[in-house]
Amino acid sequence: MRTLPAASKIPTLVDRTVLYISTLCFLAAVVRTAFSLREGVFPRGRFNFFAIALGFLFQTGFLSIRGREVGRCPLTNLFEVFVFLAWCVAMIYMLVGPAYRLSLMGAFTAPLVVLLQGFALIAPIDVRHPMRGEPNSWLEFHASMSLLAYGAFALACIAGVMYLVQERQLKTRQLHSIFYQLPPLTDLFAAITRLLWWGFGLYTLGLVSGFFVGQPLPRVQILCAFGVWLLYAAILNGRHLRWFAPRRVAALCIGGFAAAMTLLWGITFSAQLH
Amino acid sequence: MKVFCVGLSHNTADVETRECFGRTLEAERLLRENGCAEALVFDTCNRVEVYAATERELSTGEVARCVARKLDHGVFDEASTFYRYENADCAQHLFRVASGLDSMVVGETEVLGQAKKAYEAARESGAVGPYLHRLFQRAFRVAKQVRTNTDITRGAVSVGSVAVELAVKIFGDLSKCKVLLLGAGEAGERTAKALVSRGVCDLQLSNRSGERAHLLANMVNAEVVPFDDWIGHCLLVDILITSTATEKPLLTRDNFEAIAAQRHTRPLFIIDIAVPRNVDPAVNILEGVYLYDVDSLQSVAQQALAMRRQQIAAAEEIIAEHVAGFREMLARGLERSAQSLIHPSVGDTSCSGAA
Repeated sequence: MRTLPAASKIPTLVDRTVLYISTLCFLAAVVRTAFSLREGVFPRGRFNFFAIALGFLFQTGFLSIRGREVGRCPLTNLFEVFVFLAWCVAMIYMLVGPAYRLSLMGAFTAPLVVLLQGFALIAPIDVRHPMRGEPNSWLEFHASMSLLAYGAFALACIAGVMYLVQERQLKTRQLHSIFYQLPPLTDLFAAITRLLWWGFGLYTLGLVSGFFVGQPLPRVQILCAFGVWLLYAAILNGRHLRWFAPRRVAALCIGGFAAAMTLLWGITFSAQLH
Repeated sequence: MKVFCVGLSHNTADVETRECFGRTLEAERLLRENGCAEALVFDTCNRVEVYAATERELSTGEVARCVARKLDHGVFDEASTFYRYENADCAQHLFRVASGLDSMVVGETEVLGQAKKAYEAARESGAVGPYLHRLFQRAFRVAKQVRTNTDITRGAVSVGSVAVELAVKIFGDLSKCKVLLLGAGEAGERTAKALVSRGVCDLQLSNRSGERAHLLANMVNAEVVPFDDWIGHCLLVDILITSTATEKPLLTRDNFEAIAAQRHTRPLFIIDIAVPRNVDPAVNILEGVYLYDVDSLQSVAQQALAMRRQQIAAAEEIIAEHVAGFREMLARGLERSAQSLIHPSVGDTSCSGAA
């Protein structure tokens, strides 16, 4: 039996402070976007990107401190899962956003990260559980791959929101300032497809690695994980067989991510009980 | 030394008056003879302005006579037709002009290019000295800053450019787009040409009169589609431009629904510039179809113009900062730095490049 060190209070204060600073960085991007929108201009320059990059550095700092504190990958409770997910979202944004010229995605990504981290900081979910045994590398790989996949699904959801905003403006012929900043519909749809594939691939990897964990997992957890996998498999299938119009795919990305987050809660909750 | 601007524009004079004045071969020489140490005539279709630096007081009438194309330039009230700005006010006016704030279409960028050309021409002829050099260089910087930091140039404001901009917002790269032009009218031809200028390579044309179709097809390098077959081609195209003369819509929800379903996920942008309209508005309800008629294109142009006008306050703030800077510069006196401005090698970095 391996439990947390007794003197873990000081690092907890430090790591939460680091997380607060990170959240403030993301909040700065949100506030700037909100002010710019009020003025009828969309944020220019690289402020959002740098605010997110700085927030990402502090997130990494938090995860590093917490990881050393718990002696394993910091995914031991719902609080850490939320922060890790927010970190994945920020990382994938920084990889995908500039590459696909989706710089505006930052304006949509920052609120999601603020929401995830804000909830994690406010809700009483940072409950420490006694850690049993040595860290299981397969379990950590399984969990981190699955959360990286969630990060990609989150970005697909954000690209879906952007698609629907752009499409709505084109259909109704009411073009606002944001219209001129959003990428073309076809580019957004291509980004959604790529993000879905990335997410699906990573999730499959996470799912398969779950079979090598070497310890029995709760049935509800396995069912939830397969539920998410089937959901995204269905969306991708519908997209490639052209059953779904792009607008439907974008809407499904939003609905799918909401459902996946609910199931993630279920998975983490059942894992904690287990 | 005083810097001033005397001019007339679309805001103060009609075209009949404006065409009486302009940049003539004699203008700059006459201005010099009247005592201007530096003089530049800025002449566009909407304005004729003289920017000058002088020690001696020069009346508006004297300046106007220097840029008169016709000696008998009609009957007009000189005081209300010509405006005059001096020193910081002159700078403010030029900064507004270069930024497109004083243009007929707010935020248009053509005026900046014209200002640069006028400056270059005057510089080559030796009419520009340290005052006008500083003034114009700063004006170009201001215009660039306004363009970068505000949305003053955002959005297309003419029907043709709105159509192109919308196509770009739907498809991104237009070089892979297939365009079908229905009808060989002038408006359709203009829109098609605008799309071709933005990279469209695959252009098809269908018209009731085959002869006219072949004539236009040769001009815009398009493939002719028989008029009876055009609706079938809607399955393959990305952009459909309609401009035929017809009383009843050619494309309705009933005759297009089946084709739209077969297109699956591919969007179709329909530009209906015919009056009466060629496409039933109900077609816009179909999935992936974006239908714009003349009114909706004009409405988009109006929205863009309104958006540009909202940006005027932000642009004015930028201009005010630079006017204050120019005022300080005038107060310090340019003479001290005049030599370094004329000879860039002495070390003024602001001398390099017109932009």
